[in-house]
Amino acid sequence: MLLTLAIWIPIVAGAAVLATGANEGGSQRAGLARWLALAGAVLGFLVTIPLYTGFDVQNAGFQFVERHLWIERFNIWYHLGVDGISLLFVLLNSFITILIVIAGWSTIDTRVGQYYGAFLLMSGILNGVFAALDAVLFYVFFEGVLIPMFIIIGIWGGPNRVYAAVKFFLYTLLGSLLMLVAMLYLYDKSGGSFAITDWHTLPIPLGVQKLLFFGFLFAFAVKVPMWPVHTWLPDAHTEAPTGGSVVLAAILLKLGAYGFVRFSLPILPDACRDLAWLMIALSLVAIAYIGLVTLVQTDMKRLIAYSSVSHMGFVTLGFFIFNAYGVEGGLVQMISHGFVSAAMFLCVGVLYDRMHTRMIGDYGGVVNTMPKFAAFMMLFAMANAGLPATSGFVGEFLVIMGAMQVSFWLALVAATTLIWGAAYTLWMYKRVIFGAVANSHVGELKDLNAREFAVLTALAVAVLAMGVYPRPFTEVMHGSVNGLLKHIAASKT
Amino acid sequence: MTYLEFLSHLRALPEIWLLVATSVVMLVDLYSKDERKRLTLASAQLTLLVCFLLTVYVLYESEGTRHVIFNGLFVSDVMGHVLKLVCYVAVSGALLYSQQYMAERGLLRGEFVTLLLFSLLGMMVMISAASFLTLFLGLELMSLCLYALVALNRDSALSTEAAMKYFVLGALSSGLLLYGMSMIYGATGTLNIYEVADHARRLAAAPTDRTFLVFGLVFLVAGLAFKIGVVPFHMWIPDVYQGAPTAVTLIVGTAPKLAAFAMAVRLLVNGLPELAHDWQQMLALLALASMALGNITAIAQSNLKRMLAYSTIAHMGFMLLGLLSGVVGGNRLNADVAYSAALFYMIIYVLMSLGAFGVLLYCSRAGFECENLEDVKGLNRTNPWFAFVMLVLMFSLAGIPPTAGFYAKLAVLSAAVNAGQVWLAVAAVLFSLIGAFYYLRVVKLMYFDDPKDATRAVGARGFGVALSANGLALLLLGILPQPLMAICFIAIRTLN
Repeated sequence: MLLTLAIWIPIVAGAAVLATGANEGGSQRAGLARWLALAGAVLGFLVTIPLYTGFDVQNAGFQFVERHLWIERFNIWYHLGVDGISLLFVLLNSFITILIVIAGWSTIDTRVGQYYGAFLLMSGILNGVFAALDAVLFYVFFEGVLIPMFIIIGIWGGPNRVYAAVKFFLYTLLGSLLMLVAMLYLYDKSGGSFAITDWHTLPIPLGVQKLLFFGFLFAFAVKVPMWPVHTWLPDAHTEAPTGGSVVLAAILLKLGAYGFVRFSLPILPDACRDLAWLMIALSLVAIAYIGLVTLVQTDMKRLIAYSSVSHMGFVTLGFFIFNAYGVEGGLVQMISHGFVSAAMFLCVGVLYDRMHTRMIGDYGGVVNTMPKFAAFMMLFAMANAGLPATSGFVGEFLVIMGAMQVSFWLALVAATTLIWGAAYTLWMYKRVIFGAVANSHVGELKDLNAREFAVLTALAVAVLAMGVYPRPFTEVMHGSVNGLLKHIAASKT
Repeated sequence: MTYLEFLSHLRALPEIWLLVATSVVMLVDLYSKDERKRLTLASAQLTLLVCFLLTVYVLYESEGTRHVIFNGLFVSDVMGHVLKLVCYVAVSGALLYSQQYMAERGLLRGEFVTLLLFSLLGMMVMISAASFLTLFLGLELMSLCLYALVALNRDSALSTEAAMKYFVLGALSSGLLLYGMSMIYGATGTLNIYEVADHARRLAAAPTDRTFLVFGLVFLVAGLAFKIGVVPFHMWIPDVYQGAPTAVTLIVGTAPKLAAFAMAVRLLVNGLPELAHDWQQMLALLALASMALGNITAIAQSNLKRMLAYSTIAHMGFMLLGLLSGVVGGNRLNADVAYSAALFYMIIYVLMSLGAFGVLLYCSRAGFECENLEDVKGLNRTNPWFAFVMLVLMFSLAGIPPTAGFYAKLAVLSAAVNAGQVWLAVAAVLFSLIGAFYYLRVVKLMYFDDPKDATRAVGARGFGVALSANGLALLLLGILPQPLMAICFIAIRTLN
C-alpha cells in the first residue's frame, strides 16, 4: 500500500494542481497551486519514510510487495516492490521533489499550474519506475516520464529549448522502443510472463542473450547517458529550467543505471560477462574523455551536465566489474550524484535567477556580494570533485577499490577522474566566485534568501551525512547486492 | 416462411431499423426549416441510439454464437456486433463534431445526414457479409455515399478534385476486388465465404488449383489494400483527406476503416485461411512499405489533414502486422491473439482519429479553417484544455504510454514477436520512432510556440463535452485496457 501511495499521491496532487488552471505568478490561483504542490510533495515524501524504517535489511528479496492483476489478456500485473537497490531511489526522488517545489516558488511566474503539475506527475511516475516489478508496468512508467519532461523543457527552458526537448524525446524513445521488442521476446520465451523475477531465472542461449543485451543497452545507455549517446544531455540540461535540470540530473539519469541492475545484469548475466569489456571501455571513455571535455566548457550548466556524464561513467564501470565494491560503489555514487548534481544545478539556478546568464565569463568575485552562497557552493563543488568526508568520495572510492581488484590499470584510468573532477569543478568555482568583482551586475547581487538557504541546507546536510557516515545508505544495499552478485556468477545458458 | 425462420431474421434488426429510420429522417428533414438542422440531427442521433440498443440486444441474445441467415448471405457474430457498435459511436461522434462546422459553411443540408446514415448501412452490411455478393453490395453502398459526401462542397475545386480521384480509384479497386472474387468463385463454385473456405481446403492440396486460387487472392488483396489504404494503393488518401471538408475527412477516416477491416477478416481469415502463407507474405510487404512511406512522408507535410492522412497509412501498416502474424507454419495457435490485436488496434485507431479531427473541427471557425500546422500554434495559451486533449491524442497516435495507443502497439508487436517476426517488429518500432517526430511537432506547436492570433476557439457545449470524453477515453483505456482487449479477444475467438 505504501508504494501505491508513494506513486499516486504525487500524481493525484499533480492533477489537482493542473486543475487549478493557475497561470500568472501573482494570481491567487498561483498561490493555491504552489501550496497544493508543496502539500502533495511533502505528503509524498512522508509516505516513503516508513519504507526505510520498516525495511528488513536481512532480506535480499523484494519487500512491500503489492500484486494485482491488471491486464489479464497479456498476464500483466500491477506488481510493485522494492529491494535494497531501488528503495533509496524512491526516497531520493520524493525528497528532491520537495526541494524543486520550493526552489521554483518565486522564480516561475508563467503557467504556474502546469509547471508544478508536470513536476508532481513526474515525481509519481518516477517512483513507479523504481517500484515496478512487472516489465510492462515498468515500461509504462519509464516512457511516461518523457511526456512531462518534454513539456517542462519545451515551455520553461532557455532559447534553444525546442531543439533540446525534441532531441531528448527522440533519443530516449529510440532506446525504449528497442527495449520493448526485447521485452516482448522475453515474454514469448518465458511462456507469457512479464514478471521481471520470472525472467531472472529464464535460461537463454548466449547468442540470443547478446542480442537482447543490445536491445536493453540502447534504452539504458541513452538514459544514463553513456558515451557516445550522451549528446542529448548537455542540450537538455542547458535549456531546461532549474527544476528540470535538477530532476534530470538527480533522478532521470539514474533510470538507465537502475535498468542495468534490474534487467541487464540478472536477466542476461552471460552476455553481460561476455560484453563487460565493451561496457568498461565505454565507461572509461566517459570518465576520462568527457572529463576533459568538461574542462573547456564556458557555460556552467553545460559544465555540470558533462560532469554528470563523467560521474555516471563511474556508475556503469562499477556495475560491470562484478564485485561487491563496484556494484555498491556504483549505487552509492548514484545517490550521491543525486544530491550533489541537484545542489550544483540549484546553485547555478540561484545565480541565473539574479543575473540571467549562465556563462562563467560573466561572473567573478561573487563571494564579495554573496558570502553565504559562496560557502554552500564551495561544499558542493568539493563534493562534486570527490573530496573525502563528502558523499562524492564514498562512491568513487568504492568503485576504484573494486576496479583495483580487477586490474591495476583499470583503477588507474578510473582514478584520473579525481584529477579531472577537481580541475574542472574548482577552476569553475574560482572563476565564478573568487577574484575582484567582475562587473556592476555582480556588485549588485543579493545573498541567498530564506527559501534558497533552506533548500541548500537540506542538501548540504545530506551530502555531509553521507560522506561522514554512509552506513545507513549502504547497509540496506548489502543483502540485495550480494544476492545479485551470486545470481550473476551463475550461468543461465 | 415459418415463424422460427422469421425470428432468425431478426438478427438483422439493426440494419432493417437503420434503413427504415433513415428514410424517416429524410422525410423529417424536408419539414425542417432550421439553419442548424436540430431536428434532423436529433432524429439521426436517436436512430443511432436505437441501433446501438438493438445491436446490444442481438449480441446478448446470440450468447456469443455465430448465426448465418438469409440463405447464407448474412452473418451475425460477435466481431460483427462489436465493430458495428464502434461504428455507431464513430458516426454519432462525427455528427456531433461536424454540426457547427458544416452549418457555418452552409453545408449542413439534409443530404449530409442521409448520406452518412446510408453509408453506415453499407458498412454494417459489409461487416456482416457472409457472401461475396453481400460484401460487394455493402461496399458499393458505403463507397457511393462517401464519394458524394466528399463532393458535398461543390463550389470548391479541391473538394471536387478529391471526390473525382476518390471515385475513379475507388471504382478501379472495386473492379480489382470483383475480379478477384470471380476467380475464387470460378475455382470453388460458391459465393458463400464459409463454403469457399471448405472448398479451398480441398483445392489447395492440388498445385494447379492452388495457383488459380492464389491468382484470385492477389486481386482480392489489392482491392482490400485500396480500401484500407496501404502502400502502394494509398494514392487517394492524402488528396481525399485534404480536399474534403474536415467534417467529411473525419467520417472517411473513421468508421469505413472498421468496415474495411471487417472485409479483410471475412475474406482472408474466414474465407481463405488455407492460403494464409501466401496472403501473409503479401501483407508483410504492404505493411513494411506503408509504415516506411507513411511515416517518412508525413514529416514533410505542412497541412495537418495531409499529415494525418499519411499517419493513417502508417497506422494501417502497423495494424496489418497483427493480421499477418496469425498462422505460423500452418499452425493457427497464434491466430486468436494476432487477429484480436489487430482488431484492438483498429478500434483504438478509430477513436484517436475521431478525436484528432474533432480538435481540428473545434478550432475551425466561420471563415477560418484549422488545417495547417501553424493553425494550432499556441493552442495551450488560448485554450489549454483542448490543447491537453490534443496532447493526449498525439501521444496516443505516437504510441507513448499511458495512452491507449501504446497498448494497441504493444498488442500487435507482441503478436508479431510471438509469430517469430522479430525483425519485422524491430522495423515497425523504428518507423514508429520516425513517426513520433511529427506527432511531437504538433505538441511543440501547441505548447511551445506563441499563438498567431489570440482568438479563443469556442465550440458548442455538447461538442466540447463529447470531444473531452473522447480524449479522456483514450487516457482511461490507457490505464485500464483490459475490458476492451477481452472483448476483442472474444470477438475473434468466436469467429469460426
